Amino acid sequence: MSGPLLDIRGLTIGIPNRSGPPVQIVRDLSFDILPGEIFGLVGESGSGKSASALALMGLNRRPLTTLRGQALYGGQDLLAMSRRSMRKLRGDRISMIFQEPMSALNPLARIGRQIAEMFVLHRGLSWSEAGPKAVEALAAVQVPDPEGRARAYPHQLSGGLRQRVMIAMAMACGPDLLIADEPTTALDVTVQAEVLRLIRGLCERQGTAVLLISHDLGVIAQMCQRVGVMANGRLLELRDAKALFTDPRHPYTQGLLAALPRLGSRATEGRHRLADLDMAIDRDAPDFAATYLCPRGEAA
Amino acid sequence: MRMPFRLNLTLGLALVSLVILGAVFAPLLTPHDPILDADLMNSEMPPSWDHWFGTDSQGRDVFARVLYGARVSLTIGIVAQAINSTIGIALGLSAGYWGGWWDDVVNGLTNLMLAIPSLVFALAIMAVLGPGVPSLLIALGLTNWSWSCRITRSAVMSLKSQGYVQAARTLGYGDIRIMLTQLLPNIVGPVLVMATLGIGEAVLAEAALSFLGLGIRPPAPSWGNMLTDAREAIRSVPWATIFPGLAVFVTVLGFNLLGDGMRDWLDPRMQVRA
Repeated sequence: MSGPLLDIRGLTIGIPNRSGPPVQIVRDLSFDILPGEIFGLVGESGSGKSASALALMGLNRRPLTTLRGQALYGGQDLLAMSRRSMRKLRGDRISMIFQEPMSALNPLARIGRQIAEMFVLHRGLSWSEAGPKAVEALAAVQVPDPEGRARAYPHQLSGGLRQRVMIAMAMACGPDLLIADEPTTALDVTVQAEVLRLIRGLCERQGTAVLLISHDLGVIAQMCQRVGVMANGRLLELRDAKALFTDPRHPYTQGLLAALPRLGSRATEGRHRLADLDMAIDRDAPDFAATYLCPRGEAA
Repeated sequence: MRMPFRLNLTLGLALVSLVILGAVFAPLLTPHDPILDADLMNSEMPPSWDHWFGTDSQGRDVFARVLYGARVSLTIGIVAQAINSTIGIALGLSAGYWGGWWDDVVNGLTNLMLAIPSLVFALAIMAVLGPGVPSLLIALGLTNWSWSCRITRSAVMSLKSQGYVQAARTLGYGDIRIMLTQLLPNIVGPVLVMATLGIGEAVLAEAALSFLGLGIRPPAPSWGNMLTDAREAIRSVPWATIFPGLAVFVTVLGFNLLGDGMRDWLDPRMQVRA
């Protein structure tokens, strides 16, 4: 297949407003994800990254509503799909993992059972057939002693192990796309590196594309081929990762990169502070300036 | 100290076991038949070695009738509450999880049920259906689900934003599967407590309906209709009313203590304090 795996066009998410137009959380977001590619989406909290991802899964909760846009996957529009066919796609062709590994597993079910359920659900296997597959899946995410761990309950595992279990569940059916929403934010740095390596390795092997959502530029730089920068519900820049980090174009991106602390540099000398970000941005960019650069409280 | 709240659980368990064992092993515990052993020559005899609880106005052994009455009361109490719990859990789960208009409907229905005194409602149903065990099960099983429903609903509403429920949705679980595998196991505690307390209520309601002549038809023994039979001779033949009354008391007290004890036992905050 040569075309993009997922082609998102003009995605707009908002909260309907009884008096007046809806409040828009994500505005006119367009990008595509190629098969097997790792695509990064960076942005600060509230920039609309997670809302966009959940919209693709058809899982945004009221009052968040998808107002406009298309997300073409294999010729079908994910945003216009019936609940039933969307549900069949979720976990099978498109999977998602989250930030909180501590709460993402059912506390009352054994690990093995929870993974096995994916095969029962999407592959129609019986529980006895699915059991050994769950152990294989645990082994694939490099959980030591997979057979023993399959019998463990979530509270008996560490955060890193739980995130591995989540990955095992999400990757069980060999999806085409894995949406990873801040997958390592809750983990400490060493575990973070292992988990990222694991995601990359698994996805390369299975040919799975990844939509990696993060506010951590380091993680993005390390993992992604292409990167989109979001702020205030808009995609500001979409570039090849290397180009983005060496030659950022949008003032916001430039400011963001300039604000990165560098090991060994003095605290404030020679780098911008995030608080100064608006100073570094071209105020002539019309709509962005109008919505973002106004000091708090003054925004229309 | 652990003692004060363990007492509920232990005493409740003991009383309930006593009643259950009595009901199950009734034929082994007494040689008398509760219905056929009517011996008018020996009617209204006070408690004796042969008749532990005395005999009633028709010369039947009160102990035997209390034991066999326990079978009726427990069966009706447990089955009726099982129906109540099933209805309450199903409505509460779906309403709490789906929300929206369905939640409004269920909520309205719950409030309606709470506004009607359940015994009066049950009485009306019995009046329409006529006496007998099946109608008792319907009357008691359909009128007391509101608390199970409320408890389930509120527990589900607080659980459904948990990460694992969200994760299950992204992994393609259907709504029903989420309710049954992710939510239900995590609310078993409060639901079990409500069910236990509900059994006591159902036993009491059955006794009341039978006492009013709308429940179990004589001569079949039921604690309620035993009280009706004997109430006119309450001064001269007190044992014929005291013992069935005591049986109701012990059973209801037992289930209430058990329910309370389980609530304390399952509530993590109580364990911290203990």
